[in-house]
Amino acid sequence: MAAFGTGAGRPLGGRGGSAGFRFTLYALLSVIMMYLDQRAHYLEQVRYILQAAAYPLQLAVNSPPAAWRWLKESLQTREALSAENERLRANARDLGLRAMRYEALARENGELRGLRDALPPVADRWLPAEIVNIQLSSLRQRLLLNRGVANGVFKGQAVLDDKGLIGQTTHVGPWSAEVILITDPEHAVPVRVERTGLRTIAVGAGDTTSLALPYLPGNADIKSGDLLVTSGLGGVFPEGYPVARVTEVHRDAVQPLAQVRAAPLAHVDTDSEVMLVWFRAGHPAAPAPAASGELKGGNPAMQPQPAPPKSRATPEPASPPPPAPRSEPARALPTQTTAAAHDTAAPKRAERSPGAPAAAAPAAETSAAGAPAAGAAAAATVPGQEQP
Amino acid sequence: MNVDSRARLMLSVLVALILTVLPLPPWLDVVRPAFLVLTVIYWSVNAPRAGGLAIGFFAGLLLDVFQGPVLGEHALALSLITYIAVREHQRIRSKPAIQQALIVFAALILYEVVLFMIDGWTGNPVTSPLRWVHTVTGALLWPPVAAILSYGAGHRV
Repeated sequence: MAAFGTGAGRPLGGRGGSAGFRFTLYALLSVIMMYLDQRAHYLEQVRYILQAAAYPLQLAVNSPPAAWRWLKESLQTREALSAENERLRANARDLGLRAMRYEALARENGELRGLRDALPPVADRWLPAEIVNIQLSSLRQRLLLNRGVANGVFKGQAVLDDKGLIGQTTHVGPWSAEVILITDPEHAVPVRVERTGLRTIAVGAGDTTSLALPYLPGNADIKSGDLLVTSGLGGVFPEGYPVARVTEVHRDAVQPLAQVRAAPLAHVDTDSEVMLVWFRAGHPAAPAPAASGELKGGNPAMQPQPAPPKSRATPEPASPPPPAPRSEPARALPTQTTAAAHDTAAPKRAERSPGAPAAAAPAAETSAAGAPAAGAAAAATVPGQEQP
Repeated sequence: MNVDSRARLMLSVLVALILTVLPLPPWLDVVRPAFLVLTVIYWSVNAPRAGGLAIGFFAGLLLDVFQGPVLGEHALALSLITYIAVREHQRIRSKPAIQQALIVFAALILYEVVLFMIDGWTGNPVTSPLRWVHTVTGALLWPPVAAILSYGAGHRV
C-alpha cells in the first residue's frame, strides 16, 4: 500500500521512483503473472486464495436477488403451495415408474453385455449446489457455485441439471467453484448424435439458447430434432448424458461444412440449483482418460507388432524344428488366445482381433499376463477356434 | 489528501466493483460500462497522489479474479490507463466535461484494445463486436460519474 501513504507537497511519484518507473514495474509484474498463469499454471494457489477472498463480496452482490426470491417464496399462498405439492407428487410418481423401467433396462443391458450383474450406475455421488453468481454475456457464460474444495469439488468436474449437461468447473476455491457453461464461446463438448452415432464437437455460441456444431460436413446425416448426447471422449463428461437438441440445419451447396445449431436441454438461464457429479472410475460409461498421457508416452503394446508367423505348410529346411514354434508364438499369437479366454467382457474387441492380429488392441492388457505361460500347445489351438 | 478522502476512494472502488460484478440480464450486461475503470480514471486524474498506479494495478487484479481468463490481464491494461491518466492529469483536469468524456472514450478504447490483444495471445479470442459497446456507454456516463465522485469534496484534491 505504498501509494496510499502520501505526504502533502510531495512531488508526484516521489517515493518508489517516478511514475514511469513504477508503471514499468507493474506492467512487468502483470506480464510475469500472465505467463505463469497461462503457460505454467503456477498460480493455482494464488487464484485459490484470491477466490476465497472474493467470495464474500460475490455473496453480498447476489444477496438482493436471493432475498427477493426468498420473499417471493415465503409469500406464496396456500393454494399455490398445495398445487405445487400436487404437481410434485405426480412428478415423483411418474419418475418412480420410469426409474423402475430404467432398472429393468439396465439389468437387461448388463446381461446383454455378458456381465453377471447389472452395472452399477456410472454416477457415484451427487451434490446439489446453489448458484451464487451468474455471468451470462455473449463473451463469458459462467456460474459461481457455493461448493468448493471443502466439499471435494475438483477442477474439470461435470455439472448437470435434471434435464442435461450444464458445464464443468474451471476454478475451484475453498468454498466456491466457477463453472464454465457449455454455451460459453470458449467451451467445446464432444458429442454424439444419438440417432446415428455420428461423433462431433458442440461449441458454445455465446447465448444461453444455442450451441454450434461447426465441424460437420455438408452431407452429414443430421436433421432438426436429433438428440445430442455426450460421447464420453475428452475425459470430463461420461458417455450418454443428454446435451442438446438440434434446432437448425443449414446446408449450402457451395459450403463444404453444414451449419448446424442446437438448443441445450439444461435450463442454463433459469436454474437456481445444479448438480455436481462424481463418476465411478472404471465404469464402461465413465469418461475416458484424456488421450494425451498415453499417446505421447507411446504405449508399447499399441505399436504395430511383427507379422504373424507364416503357416506351418512352408517347410524351413535350415533351422532346427523345436526352437522355432516356441519362440514365434510367444511373440505374436498369445494375443489371440488370451483375448478369447479372458476377455469375455468386451466381445467387440475379440471380434476385431482375428481380422487384424498384428495390431490388435487386446495385446495391451493380455500379452503381459498370458504370453510366457501360453506356450506352443495353446497357440496351436488358436487358428481352429477363431477362424471359422 | 487525508483519511477522509482515502476512505472515499476505497468506498468508491468497492461500489464500482460491486456494480461491475452485479448480475444483470444479458442485454443490460452488454451496455454496462466498466465502472471500476471509470472510477480509477477519476481518481488518477483528480487525486493522482492518492491512488496512483497502485490503485490501477490492484483494481485490475480484482477484475482478473472476478472475470479474467488469465491473472494479470486487466491489471496490465488498467495500469497502462492509470499511468497515462496520472501523467496527463493536469491537462485532462482543466478540460470541460465534454472533452473529458472524449478523452475517457479514447482511454476505454485503448483499455479494450489491450484486453483484446491479450485475449488473442492467450488463446481466448473474443471477436464479437459487442465487447466494444461498453466504451461508448462508459464515455457517455463519464460526466455523471465524475459529478457523483466529486460530490461533497468541495475542492479538488
